[in-house]
Amino acid sequence: METTAVKRQLEIKETDSVVIRFSGDSGDGMQLTGMQFTDTTAILGNDLSTFPEFPAEIRAPAGTLAGVSGFQVHFGSKEIFTPGDKYDVLVAMNAAALKADLKNLREHGVIIVNTAGFDERNLKLAQYPEGAHPLDDGSLDHYRLYKLDISRLTKDSMDGLEVSAKDVDRAKNMFVLGLLFWMFERSVSNTEKFIQEKFSKKPLIQDANIRALRAGFNYGETAEIFTTRYHVAKAKMPPGVYRNITGNQALAIGLIAAGEKSGLPVFLGSYPITPASDILHELSRYKANGVRTFQAEDEISAITSAIGASYGGALAVTTTAGPGLALKTEAMGFATMLEIPLVIIDVQRGGPSTGLPTRTEQADLMMAMFGRHGEAPLPIVAVATPADCFETIYEACRITLEHMTPVIVLSDGYIANGSEPWKFPAESDLKSITVHFTTENNNPSGGTFLSYKRNDQLVRPWVKPGTRGLEHRIGGLEKQHETGNVSYDPANHERMVKIRAEKVEKIADSIPPAKVDSGREGAKVCVLGWGSTYGSIKGAVTELIAEGHDVAHIHLRHLNPFPKNLGDILRGFGKVLIPEINNGQLVQLIRAKYLIPAVPLNKIMGLPFATTEIKSTIKEML
Amino acid sequence: MSAPLSTEKLTPKDFASSQEVKWCPGCGDYSILKQVQTVFPELEVEREKFVIVSGIGCSSRFPYYMETYGMHSIHGRAFAVASGLKATNPDLHVWVVTGDGDALSIGGNHFIHLMRRNFDIKVMMFNNQIYGLTKGQYSPTSEKGKQTKSTPYGSIDEPFNPAELALGAKASFVARTLDRDPKHMQAMIRRSHEHKGTSFLEIYQNCPVFNDAAFFPFTDRETRKEESLFVEDGMPLIFGQNDEKGIKLDGLTPVVVDLNSSGVSRDDLWIHKEGDKTKAGILARFFEQPGHHGLPRPFGVFYSEVRACYEDDLDQQIEHSRNTKGKIPLSKILSGDRTWVIAD
Repeated sequence: METTAVKRQLEIKETDSVVIRFSGDSGDGMQLTGMQFTDTTAILGNDLSTFPEFPAEIRAPAGTLAGVSGFQVHFGSKEIFTPGDKYDVLVAMNAAALKADLKNLREHGVIIVNTAGFDERNLKLAQYPEGAHPLDDGSLDHYRLYKLDISRLTKDSMDGLEVSAKDVDRAKNMFVLGLLFWMFERSVSNTEKFIQEKFSKKPLIQDANIRALRAGFNYGETAEIFTTRYHVAKAKMPPGVYRNITGNQALAIGLIAAGEKSGLPVFLGSYPITPASDILHELSRYKANGVRTFQAEDEISAITSAIGASYGGALAVTTTAGPGLALKTEAMGFATMLEIPLVIIDVQRGGPSTGLPTRTEQADLMMAMFGRHGEAPLPIVAVATPADCFETIYEACRITLEHMTPVIVLSDGYIANGSEPWKFPAESDLKSITVHFTTENNNPSGGTFLSYKRNDQLVRPWVKPGTRGLEHRIGGLEKQHETGNVSYDPANHERMVKIRAEKVEKIADSIPPAKVDSGREGAKVCVLGWGSTYGSIKGAVTELIAEGHDVAHIHLRHLNPFPKNLGDILRGFGKVLIPEINNGQLVQLIRAKYLIPAVPLNKIMGLPFATTEIKSTIKEML
Repeated sequence: MSAPLSTEKLTPKDFASSQEVKWCPGCGDYSILKQVQTVFPELEVEREKFVIVSGIGCSSRFPYYMETYGMHSIHGRAFAVASGLKATNPDLHVWVVTGDGDALSIGGNHFIHLMRRNFDIKVMMFNNQIYGLTKGQYSPTSEKGKQTKSTPYGSIDEPFNPAELALGAKASFVARTLDRDPKHMQAMIRRSHEHKGTSFLEIYQNCPVFNDAAFFPFTDRETRKEESLFVEDGMPLIFGQNDEKGIKLDGLTPVVVDLNSSGVSRDDLWIHKEGDKTKAGILARFFEQPGHHGLPRPFGVFYSEVRACYEDDLDQQIEHSRNTKGKIPLSKILSGDRTWVIAD
């Protein structure tokens, strides 16, 4: 299809990266459109990063600002770190979409609008002032505006097809997708295959969608409106086999991999909550692999059922978001006392309370650090990108199983739904995870089994109930050292508190030292990050280094304990900047622990940092 | 049920842990502990297969005194802990020991959901109608008007009737017994064990310190025949000092009849059937305060049905998936459905 004769002077523009924002009503299928564009783009060999953004309401009233759903994809021939600060192309399916998303379109960017979504009713729903018409009043003159009646064009493409008006309307996103495929020199074949599979039982709908897709492509080709096509060459990515992956998928897959490599059945106790539910959905598909998912009656049951499963010898996991983590805190303290493995995943979202369920935030770090009564330290790891979720959750499973302690994994909404190409590991590349179940009495004098006798890592034995001769009781009351019997002895309590803390500290022996991700040790400014700020920081620091500045980037996976060398390496820099999507949390931990005058950079808008925001702050510090 | 591997017969002593029992003198919990230690050896289960999970409260210290696997968990959550354990270890014999506050106040949500899911878990709820460990506040089963430290003017809460609640939550086995009737309690413990599915056994238990004698009318020689009704499958509902009273159903209303004077014969009485859920509901709602001389308080197995257990259905789904789809190789899970190659 791409080889039809060129009828006009077409400019082919070479560019190294493009950001497209698909924006429309919740019912317009923008997420699907974005994902299809992403799939084809990934297969073509571009590096990319995506950012789906949708309202908390499932279907807010059609045409309103509250109902706008967007999908942003950034792809290029160079390394792509973020979904992009400003977009080059904005697709707006209605007036509300234009109004909501115009602000981040770059100067002279392309706007493609569906004029059918700009009638008087739509303009009113989008809260444009009476009589205003943004498509005709010149307000968009400094953009390249393409006005298409996509609804009509889609309908025309179905001539002679017996499909309902509703189905015609629902196919208009495919017209847009086809047009964008044409514009960026992408084939429609991958999406055609997708449509064939998706609607294999509904041939008419299948036909309608494929027609719309092709019509969109051909429209670009034949209608003499578009004068430019864009060529984005393949990215120079490390050779290998890739797939596209979201953060939540990578967490689920990582858990399955850790289960297989440790030889343990995976048990997930979970209560549905945005934006963590997809982990539950994904894991529930793997029954054939023995994965047991338990949709509990509440967050507390979710974690305590996981505690029961862990007690029974499973790789036990609970997944949640901020409000759920708050409900789990007592049980987290309990698991700390029991000293059993447990992976607690918190996909952070805007808080406090119900907050911003579909928006991102990094504001649960302090809760993860200190959110339990009593002295109850727990190891914490944080994921940096969607693909990084795999390695990080695998590391969390290693820690929990080898050190017999609950582990908190911090992700966030931005990573959970965002996606990127992933050069996935071969099964044989995965490190083994050692699990040892005790079956013999460990009491040298031959007396009762000592359930809290520790090894040199201060780790106590894991005994499966059902093991003959090792019957013992555990619980939330303070334990006597070694015997595990209930003890109210003052000196014993202090000793046990210190032992539990030291046990967590000892995990630092088995984690890699902190090192610069970009730049050099001792640089003028070091940007220290954790979690989903990775891409924005990386982008900013890389650009500044290219511009000749002395800047470095360190990104922490392990937030408790910190890598052993962190204090030393940080002290070697001129200044330390800590950007966070919160009101300053890691910065407090770093200042308190290392007495370094680290500088905070905070954004609390439910949105990730733009690269430029970080870049300009660094420049001020240089 | 698997027979013990050991040829040695277990005895009650084998189930007593080394820990000193620390309930108050005269506490009904002692009797329950004794009956459990008496019955467990007779169940032909290897000792290491027993796991007793408890919550918080006086009753929840129970696991410490049993030489089995045990977990003293957190307040109200024993049901959920036990569910996770049973979901991953169907071969274990999982018992939950809880109290009226633990099960019905803070753990109320987990309680009802355990009943409907029907894990093969045995629940013994010690009901003393008071908060003991926190020193004497009214509980969700305390009678209305109860004067306690937190209700000096009398409680204004309507109490739960645990058996009724359990039935409403779709329990597959509901029974009631008392601490002061060892033989009956032993029989009920045995029945709980034999039931496949969640069994809910409510045990009236005396708290001599904060709510002494709450259940004495059901056991005292002078009153018990009038106040208590012991039901048995296939037997008519009969009580009274000389077994002279019977209960028959007038439509859906239970009526007490005098077998000597009313002309009603034993054959006309309500015959208890453990599988009849409608009648079990009526029976469970016999809940008048002792001394009313109306309907007596029933004891025994109110309801028992065989229904699929959660863990069995879960195993079956896994089995079915394996047989139809086959275990997905890890390499396939890692790669997903769509991959592409970046060449050198």
